[in-house]
Amino acid sequence: MGSVLKIILQRLALGILTLLIVSVVIFGAVNLLPGDFAESILGQGATPEAVASIRRDLGLDQPLITRYFDWLGGVVQGDLGTSFAQANFASFTGTTSGATTVAAQIAPRFANTMFLAAVTAVIAVPFAIILGVLAALYRNSVFDRAANIFTLTSISSPEFFLAYILILFLAVLNPIFPSLSNIYSGMAFSERLEKSMLPALVLTLVVTAHMMRMTRAAIINLLASPYIEMARLKGLSPMRVIVRHALPNALAPIINVIAINLAYLITGVVVVEVVFVYPGIGQLFVDSVKIRDIPVVQACCLIFAAAYILLNLTADIMSILSNPRMRHPK
Amino acid sequence: MTETLLKMRGVKLEGRSDEVWTPIINGVDLTLAKGEVLGLIGESGAGKSTLGLAAMGYTRDGVRISGGSVEFDGIDLLTASAAVKRGLLGKRIAYVAQSAAASFNPAHKLIDQHVEGPVQHHVMSRAESMADGIELYAKLRLPDPESIGFRYPHQVSGGQLQRAMTAMAMSCRPDLIIFDEPTTALDVTTQIEVLAAIRDIVEQFNTAAIYITHDLAVVAQMADRIKVLLRGDEVETADTRTMLAAPTQEYTKSLWAVRSFQRPVKPSVSTGAVPVVSLQKVDAAYGKVPVLHDISFDMHEGRTVAVVGESGSGKSTAARCITGLLPPSDGQILLDGQVLPPDYRKRSKDQLRQVQMIYQMADTALNPRMSIGQIIARPVHFYLGLTGSAKRKRVHQLLEQIELEPSEYYNRLPSELSGGQKQRIGIARALAAEPKFIICDEVTSALDQLVAEGILRLLAKLQDDLKLTYMFITHDLATVRAIADEVVVMKDGHVVEQGPKDTMFKPPHDPYTELLLSSVPEMDPDWLTNLLAERGVDNIGDAALDKM
Repeated sequence: MGSVLKIILQRLALGILTLLIVSVVIFGAVNLLPGDFAESILGQGATPEAVASIRRDLGLDQPLITRYFDWLGGVVQGDLGTSFAQANFASFTGTTSGATTVAAQIAPRFANTMFLAAVTAVIAVPFAIILGVLAALYRNSVFDRAANIFTLTSISSPEFFLAYILILFLAVLNPIFPSLSNIYSGMAFSERLEKSMLPALVLTLVVTAHMMRMTRAAIINLLASPYIEMARLKGLSPMRVIVRHALPNALAPIINVIAINLAYLITGVVVVEVVFVYPGIGQLFVDSVKIRDIPVVQACCLIFAAAYILLNLTADIMSILSNPRMRHPK
Repeated sequence: MTETLLKMRGVKLEGRSDEVWTPIINGVDLTLAKGEVLGLIGESGAGKSTLGLAAMGYTRDGVRISGGSVEFDGIDLLTASAAVKRGLLGKRIAYVAQSAAASFNPAHKLIDQHVEGPVQHHVMSRAESMADGIELYAKLRLPDPESIGFRYPHQVSGGQLQRAMTAMAMSCRPDLIIFDEPTTALDVTTQIEVLAAIRDIVEQFNTAAIYITHDLAVVAQMADRIKVLLRGDEVETADTRTMLAAPTQEYTKSLWAVRSFQRPVKPSVSTGAVPVVSLQKVDAAYGKVPVLHDISFDMHEGRTVAVVGESGSGKSTAARCITGLLPPSDGQILLDGQVLPPDYRKRSKDQLRQVQMIYQMADTALNPRMSIGQIIARPVHFYLGLTGSAKRKRVHQLLEQIELEPSEYYNRLPSELSGGQKQRIGIARALAAEPKFIICDEVTSALDQLVAEGILRLLAKLQDDLKLTYMFITHDLATVRAIADEVVVMKDGHVVEQGPKDTMFKPPHDPYTELLLSSVPEMDPDWLTNLLAERGVDNIGDAALDKM
């Protein structure tokens, strides 16, 4: 078990290093955006003096390197900085109430996004794997083709289109789920779940194809192995051959695809959030880019990067653990 | 006569290649009585495995049964429903595959795979089957039968896995077991243990068996009757003793005669001659795991040094040290009396040219996308700097040397050649560099006996013509007998014994060499019985424990 622990620690260290490099890229890229907060907030009436004054207040006049290390220093201590927009708003009204730190602004939105991602994952992952196993079991049958066409169609359609179709059928024609997902803090879990159902179903349709097709392919890939032939020659049922003999050995690639899709659920669901008015992190991110609220943009990017790295790390570790040679060394 | 268990009549099998169905088996009859063991022999491609699987009513993807009938205990397996067949497979007809390491599922423990059959076929409860499995492990003389089942396949050695697979086949006490080359992948000393175990247990439960192999000496020990196949047709069938004593068909006789090739003994090396390659106190390790300990031996011009030992004995590692792929951790390697840099990257082009290699798997050693001409021309250009028509001429010359018609083979791809022809291309590629010294790493072990003999004869001829020095790595002592001048016996990274061939094959031996030599199966059907009596059953168990 010592070797597994060593590998995990190595991967973890590598993940942190990756995150550090990503932070440089994020900071550089965000600062390459044309225009800045001062210009975009003052709009047409921007005088050079006013712009300079706001820039000075926000520290935008400092050299890039200094700003990067200030920011990084804060992030390492858990301080994601102060939102330009909120800080500005607070200074205008003279109040200090409301969320001025980036962390306070992002936290509830991020929690909502995680909630939606979790609901989607709970539906989509088992659905995709079961569909993949069945497609592998009845490969080249009508069922297999239907499953392939269905998932390919759903992944190829634009998300907003799928969303409107589901709204039409599940909210308008058959009012089963609400079409608006405006959840707020303090809402009961069951109500939250109900309101998140439609966006979760849309996202399920989007992420199922990859996972299902990888499950099918990984299993079929193994069907020519001698141990599968042996399982068949032991007179086992086709279902048992696939679920007990092929699936455990096909886990590593499946886990990796699941991880990539879960990461997508955390970082890439802006369109679905907009359609269902779901208060997730995606909307906040787009809004912040629009008004050049750089600290929020940077924090969102960093969170997205961390989510990707963490999920891939988890996938790596689980792939390693799914290999009996690693779990039970000689 | 006794009751018939399996009756195959006019069985025809076809395989699909490039969307065309070509015949593999052209109508073979096979009858097996209860408790009888039938040996099925032939070269690779003769269709013996396909026929063995067809006896279970099973075909691999891309193979179909196109005619005939297979009747098992009155049930027609070709018309039976999938459910009926599933009820028989594993329960009444079981299968033991060639590579147990590949045929055990890596994700589950041995005992879990063992009890699966009995539980799924409702023959025994899980607990009963587990207890029975432990008993079978003990019967098959597996070490530590109580706990070995709780290991994963990768934690158990090849010979032990093969026995565990035999135990698994026995788990439902079937009437028939198909053994598909169960010992081909094993070392000779391990092979004996597995053969003895299989023979005992088949006798004990009066199980009928079809024993598929290409090794005549093995089948002589196992079978009551032998059937010889050649390219999908039956050549002849007879009782084992009759067949061995008096084969009637030409083909069978040629199989029997294969082992007759032997080179004349060369005069011993004159004292003071500088060896072409000399290993001096070489140690080597993979990472921190030491593999070679203090290896010293010399190889002289125009001679063949056979390095023998079981898998894991370090013979291939020694070759890697000589080529510079694995720099030794201590000691040195001399070429013509000059010290070679340990790492191949630090060697001069001329030093690299002098040491060439021929590999075991010609299939994977040749680039499938390059034509034969390109493959051989590459070293011609790289080492000798020949280009254009000079290069082409040299490649033609080399093809002639390996007895392949240049105009016919120059533009072919490796996939268009047979196994033996591919190995010849491997030889031509090594010769292209005009080396002094060639390492032959198990070059004949993937080939059929007749083809292997052709390769050995070619290597011998080339050696006489070109004064080549060979380091011949093998685990097959028949090959050693045929081609070697000197023999080096290795075990666990040590040189156990070395010397000229004629003294090595005469007693007294080092105990390990003795074990190795006496483990090579002989054509005498009583050989295994006599050997076991000689060694005593306990001794075999001990040999198994040694390998733990």
